[in-house]
Amino acid sequence: MADVYLDHAAAGPLSPAAKQAMDPFLMGDYGNPSSFHMKGKRVKDAMEEARADIASHLACRADEILFTSGGTESDNMAILGVARAAKAKGNHLIVSAFEHQAVLEAAVFLRDKEGFSLSIIQPTQDGLIEPEVVMSQVRPETVLVSIMLANNEIGTIQPIATIGNLIQKYRAEHGAGPFFHTDACQATPYLDLSVEKLHVDLMTINGSKMYGPKGVGALYIKRGIKIQPLQFGGAQERGLRPGTEFVAGIVGMAAALEEAQGMKKKESERLVPLRDRLIQGILQTIPKTRLNGDPIHRLPNNVNVSFLDLEGEALLLYLDAKGIYASTGSACTSASLDPSHVILSLGMPFEVAHGSMRFTLGRATTAEHIEYVLEILPPLVEKLRSISPVTVDDKYWKP
Amino acid sequence: MSDVISRDQKQSWFYSDIVKEHFFNPQNFVMGELENPESYNATGKIGSPACGDELRVWLRVDPATERILEFRWKTFGCGSAIASTSMASVMITENGGLTLDEARKLRPQDIMTRLGGLPPRKFHCSVLCDKALRDAINDYLRRSNQPDRMIRESARVIDPVAKVTDRDIEEAVLEGAHTIELVQQKTKVGIGNPSILPAVEELIRFYKEKYFGATY
Ligand code: FES
Repeated sequence: MADVYLDHAAAGPLSPAAKQAMDPFLMGDYGNPSSFHMKGKRVKDAMEEARADIASHLACRADEILFTSGGTESDNMAILGVARAAKAKGNHLIVSAFEHQAVLEAAVFLRDKEGFSLSIIQPTQDGLIEPEVVMSQVRPETVLVSIMLANNEIGTIQPIATIGNLIQKYRAEHGAGPFFHTDACQATPYLDLSVEKLHVDLMTINGSKMYGPKGVGALYIKRGIKIQPLQFGGAQERGLRPGTEFVAGIVGMAAALEEAQGMKKKESERLVPLRDRLIQGILQTIPKTRLNGDPIHRLPNNVNVSFLDLEGEALLLYLDAKGIYASTGSACTSASLDPSHVILSLGMPFEVAHGSMRFTLGRATTAEHIEYVLEILPPLVEKLRSISPVTVDDKYWKP
Repeated sequence: MSDVISRDQKQSWFYSDIVKEHFFNPQNFVMGELENPESYNATGKIGSPACGDELRVWLRVDPATERILEFRWKTFGCGSAIASTSMASVMITENGGLTLDEARKLRPQDIMTRLGGLPPRKFHCSVLCDKALRDAINDYLRRSNQPDRMIRESARVIDPVAKVTDRDIEEAVLEGAHTIELVQQKTKVGIGNPSILPAVEELIRFYKEKYFGATY
C-alpha cells in the first residue's frame, strides 16, 4: 500500500545524523552529567557541546539555553516562569488567539487563577498578526508578549522581527514593558532562528519538529531575565529546570538542528513548488474548498484546506485507508470536542473548521506523493459530501 | 489540531472491523438528493450539541403494521456517526422491520454492541441516531394524527439556581461524567442548592442505564 506521510507538523522521522549522535548515550555513556567522575564528565561535556551548538544557531550564548522535555514545557516555562517572576512589576500578558495550547492555556491559567489580565490578539482572516495591533495593547505593566514564529496548523509566518523591534523601542522609551517570547517549533527546519535578528527575549524549540528525537526541547532565555522554576529538586540547568537531563535527546536535538538549519534553504526551495502544486491542485479540481492562511507568508511544508460540507475525521480515516496520513481541525477528533481554535480565530464558522485538513510535507515527500494525493482525494470528498446534509454558505469559499 | 491528532491523549483511535465495514460501506444512506421524498412518511433531524454535527433520517412506515420498512439517512459527522447510523438503519429494517414501539426500545448501547464497541469518547455519536430516530417516530405520529402517542423529550429544569436541566445532565453523562462530582464539575448542578442532589443522582443512574446499560 502507498505510504504517504503528510503529518510532519505533528512529528517526523528521526534523522540518521541525530540517531548516530544519540547512540553512544543510549548505551555506553550512561554517566550522570552531574557526577564528579570521568563517566559523568564525558556525558556533561557532550551535553555542553550540544548546548553551544544550539546556541550558535540561535545566535545567543550557551548559558542562555535551557533544556526541557519539549515544546510544551518550554512554552509553559516561558509564560508561567516569566509572568510569576515579574509579578511585582506588572500583571498584564499579551498572546495571540491562535497560539499553541501550551501558551494559551498557561496564559488563561494565569488570568483565571493568579490575577493577571490577558489581552488576546486576533489574527487577520489570512492568519497574520499585525504588529500595530499588538503594540496597541502594550502598556508599562505588560510583562510578557508571546506570538508564535509560524503557526502549527496553518503555517503562517508572523512578523516577529518587526514586533520584537517595536517592543524593544517601547522598553527603551518607557523604561518598562514586556519581554517577548516566540514559539519557533514549527519554524526550525525552514526559518532563520537568530534571536538577535528576530528581537526576541525567549524562544521555544523542540526536537521532534526538526527530525530530532521526541521528548526534548529547549528554551532560550536572554541573560538577565528572571524566571520562576516550575519544578524543584536539584541544581541542573541552573536550578531552573532540575532533574537529570535527557542527554541522548539533547545531543540528538543538537545534531538535528545543525542538519536542519544547514539544509533549510535548499529544502524550502524544494518544498515550495510541491506545496503550491498541492494547494492549486485541490483548489482547482475540487469545488467548495478554501485555503486557510496566507498563501505567501507560509511555511514551505504547510497546506491547510477546508473541504466544505464534510467532516474532517471521516475524510482523515478514508485517506488513512489509502495510505495517506494527514490531520484535521474537526471537533470530532479532539478530546474536548471543540473544533480547531486556529481556524475559528480566522473568523470562520464552525463548519469550516470541521472540514479542515492539514497536510504537512517533509524530507521524504516527493512529487509522486503529491500527485497520488490529488488523484485519491476528489472521489473521497465527493462520497462524503454526498452523505452530508449540510451546505455551507458560498461566501466562505468563493474567492 | 494543536498537533491535530495528539489532542486526544485519552483514547485510542482504533475502530472495530464492523465499525470500519459500516464506515467504508455505509448502508441505506441517501446519496445526494433524496429520491421520491413522497414515499417516506416521517423525517427526523437532530444536531449533536456535543460536537455540532448533524443527522437527518427519513422513514417509510407501514401504517397497517407500524413496521419501519425503510430507514434512510444523511450525516455531517465523524466515522463513528456514519458507522452507527448505518448499523442502526440495518437493525431497524432487518427481518421485516421493527415496529415503532420496538424501535423506541432500541438503545445507543445496543447499536454499539452490534458494532463491536466504540471508543468511549464516541458514544455520543451513536446517541445522535437514537435521537434522530425518536424525532422521526414523533413526526410519524404527528402526521398520522396520533399526538397522544408522541413522547416529548423536552428539557425539565432540575436546578433553578444553576439553571441546569435534565438535558444538561444527560449531556454530561454522555460526555463521560459518571459520578455526581464529575457532573457537578461540568454543570455546576446543586452547588448552590444541595437539596436537589438526590434527584440528580437518580438522573445520572437513569442516563447511565439508558446509554451504557446496567453493567457499565
Ligand atoms: S459526530 Fe462528531 S464526534 Fe462523532
